[in-house]
Amino acid sequence: MSDIQLEIDGKPVQAKEGMTLLEAARGAGIAIPTLCHHEKLEPFGGCRLCIVEVEERGWTKLVVSCVFPVKGNIVVRTRSEKIDRIRKTILELLMAHAPDSPVLLDLAKEYGADRNRFEKEASFCIHCGLCVRYCAEVKKKHAIGFVDRGIRKEISFIPEIAAKECDSCKECFPLCPTSYLQAAFVLTGSLSFPSPAQEPPSEE
Amino acid sequence: MAKIHTPEELESFRKDLLSRKDPSRPCISICAGAGCIASGADEVIAAFKTEIENQDLQAKVDTKGTGCPGFCERGPVVVIYPEEICYLQVTAEDVPEIIEQTIKKKKVVERLLFEDPATGQKVVREPDIPFYKNQKRTLLCSNIKIDSKSIDDYLAIGGYSALNKALFGMTPVDVVGEVKKSNLRGRGGAGFPAGRKWEGSRNAEEKIKYVIVNADEGDPGAFMDRALLEGNPHSILEGLIIGGYAVGAQEGYIYVRQEYPLAVKNISLAIRQAEEYGFLGENILGSDFSFKVIVHQGAGAFVCGESTALMTALEGRVGEPRPKYIRSNIKGLWERPSVLNNVETWANVPLIINNGADWFAEVGTEGSKGTKIFSLVGKINNTGLVEVPMGISLREIIYDIGGGIPDGKKFKAVQTGGPSGGCIPEEKLDLKVGFDELTKAGSMMGSGGMIVMDEDTCMVDVARYFINFLTDESCGKCVPCREGLRQMHRILTNITQGKGKQGDLETLQELSETAIEASLCALGKSAPNPFLSTLRYFKEEYEAHIDEKRCPALSCKELIAFYIDPEKCSACGICRKKCPVDAIDGAKKTIHIIDQKKCTQCGTCLEVCPSKFGAVKKISGEPVPPPIEEEKRTLTKKQKASVQ
Repeated sequence: MSDIQLEIDGKPVQAKEGMTLLEAARGAGIAIPTLCHHEKLEPFGGCRLCIVEVEERGWTKLVVSCVFPVKGNIVVRTRSEKIDRIRKTILELLMAHAPDSPVLLDLAKEYGADRNRFEKEASFCIHCGLCVRYCAEVKKKHAIGFVDRGIRKEISFIPEIAAKECDSCKECFPLCPTSYLQAAFVLTGSLSFPSPAQEPPSEE
Repeated sequence: MAKIHTPEELESFRKDLLSRKDPSRPCISICAGAGCIASGADEVIAAFKTEIENQDLQAKVDTKGTGCPGFCERGPVVVIYPEEICYLQVTAEDVPEIIEQTIKKKKVVERLLFEDPATGQKVVREPDIPFYKNQKRTLLCSNIKIDSKSIDDYLAIGGYSALNKALFGMTPVDVVGEVKKSNLRGRGGAGFPAGRKWEGSRNAEEKIKYVIVNADEGDPGAFMDRALLEGNPHSILEGLIIGGYAVGAQEGYIYVRQEYPLAVKNISLAIRQAEEYGFLGENILGSDFSFKVIVHQGAGAFVCGESTALMTALEGRVGEPRPKYIRSNIKGLWERPSVLNNVETWANVPLIINNGADWFAEVGTEGSKGTKIFSLVGKINNTGLVEVPMGISLREIIYDIGGGIPDGKKFKAVQTGGPSGGCIPEEKLDLKVGFDELTKAGSMMGSGGMIVMDEDTCMVDVARYFINFLTDESCGKCVPCREGLRQMHRILTNITQGKGKQGDLETLQELSETAIEASLCALGKSAPNPFLSTLRYFKEEYEAHIDEKRCPALSCKELIAFYIDPEKCSACGICRKKCPVDAIDGAKKTIHIIDQKKCTQCGTCLEVCPSKFGAVKKISGEPVPPPIEEEKRTLTKKQKASVQ
């Protein structure tokens, strides 16, 4: 693995081939906000909050740092008027779902996002997919998944698996930025987990 | 059929096929494309077969169910060779007359011919019909000549000779070079130069490579690729095999949407025939090149037309796009070099190999070469598929080929490039059609949808419609597209319902910027186009909706009202009887009044009000005049209706 030299926010940064821009930046102590990123998980590129500006051979473009592979001789800017404006809009869009999420409130303060800009949505899931991917990639249980698609997409526990696996794990709970996951779990449990009291008596 | 083992065998087989064909023998070609089948082509074909049998003419005349020649507006289309007599809107009842007159007596059935609406003159030969005359049909011209289910028909018009030439007269690098030199650009939307894409894959280190046909045509109103796949599947297959040879692929995939059952059937049959003849499989035509092709049916997601989503779906996973900072031609399907081109791009390949890059590049503009097929739909007289040289003006397409706007209405805009394309206004009608030219005008080439709109179309509603389509088709993975489009759709809907407010346009622009800059794939990145292009050319319509609550096109239901002019109403009672919600009050000799509270703005009263009265008015942005006083509603004799 060869070393790659790049510049982030005016600071020379060393990175290794195969790293993402986000990893390189965080390794050098430069903060980039993320919502769907997790070190243990494959990069997802869903929330787009980690968007940064890359200048390469005189060309400037916006890239999403959690999936952009590092390259030598590039100049990266993690903040600019445009980047901040995009991050603000993304946060405002997400706060239509989860206006009280502490993570979002913190970021909203940083980027001047108005939590009430857009009409509120019924579901407070922001589709970061952390729970779904953590359960699949780390725990390999697939107790929770996405159902439907597009604007109708939702997370959903699979009762048959969740009833067996989740009580002893719940590692995904703290990952959820809006606590929608916990709500979904309680709902699934009360609707479809077998309750010990109601189980038919055994045939002995 | 025995396998063909060598190029010589192929050419002698072709010679044999042609020697058995008598060019003067009558052949009745009936379009069996999806459009004509919907208009009853199947019955027409059956009627021809029965009639020919009944008259015992089997030995003297051929019949053929062919691919779509394009003139869907007037289907079912029948062309009789060798004279090329073209009959339009043929029904099964017309068949005995055609056989009797045209086949037996060599006479033309006048009433089935095309009649020029301008001159009233009848046109006998297909190529002389203005709709066809002004086109340049290098791809579509074969559709009507061959039975789409017959490989022998394809061979008879020179099929697989390009494959022969490529395999035995050219190295793979030569083939890539020829395609590069032709400057063939991808017909699927983005217009990336095909040769450069091929070269990238060819030079990639990985040994296993793929070539893929993108036949996931999903733009509303577009059916170019369907017509090619249904009508001339071997031309696409031949292009793909040549592509496979050029880039060094061992496998090809055809990703075709399930909603095209006839296309799936015809291309699958074409593959089986090609395998049987030895154009697919091990050591094709005796060369070292082996290649196989697999058909994969898409499950109906529009986003799967996007390259990375298509490849993810091919891998058997949910068809969602993936972040792409390394091009698919280097790291695509199963992370291997994969050349993905659209149906029409592949269909051009055999022509380029046979006729040479210079021949191809002779037609077109500086940046866009060759021809392009468009599906011309909407408010246009001649709906159908048109193939035109790049560089033709939009005006020529709409007026010379399309025959202009029906019912004497005024042209307003033409939407090109599919749902994420843009609307081009009248003042830009002389724009030359080409990839860069359309992009500069705020629209795009896209895969070739062309929707014509007349003065009755509300441009805000058009933007709302397309954003709605894209919101529905967003895969939901990234925020700018999923959430941004959801909000854009909500704001646009509000505007069309008279609930628009100051600042809406700025919010829409900001959401557009976020979607363009930050979306994961091309769907989101191009999704704001319908809004941005209509804002650019029709800003006053947005302002009228927001500031005056007025729809200038009198189209948005919540912003219009119907009103009966008491001066003109003759109390004929037609509107009252036809009103589906009983919103019209009136009686004999009593002027009619619309109850605005009950009215659903369906417009039936306006449609049925006899033109000699013209009493029903459609208004927007102004208050409905108060109803006429009760005592003044009785009509005197002079005013009385003469209709009843």
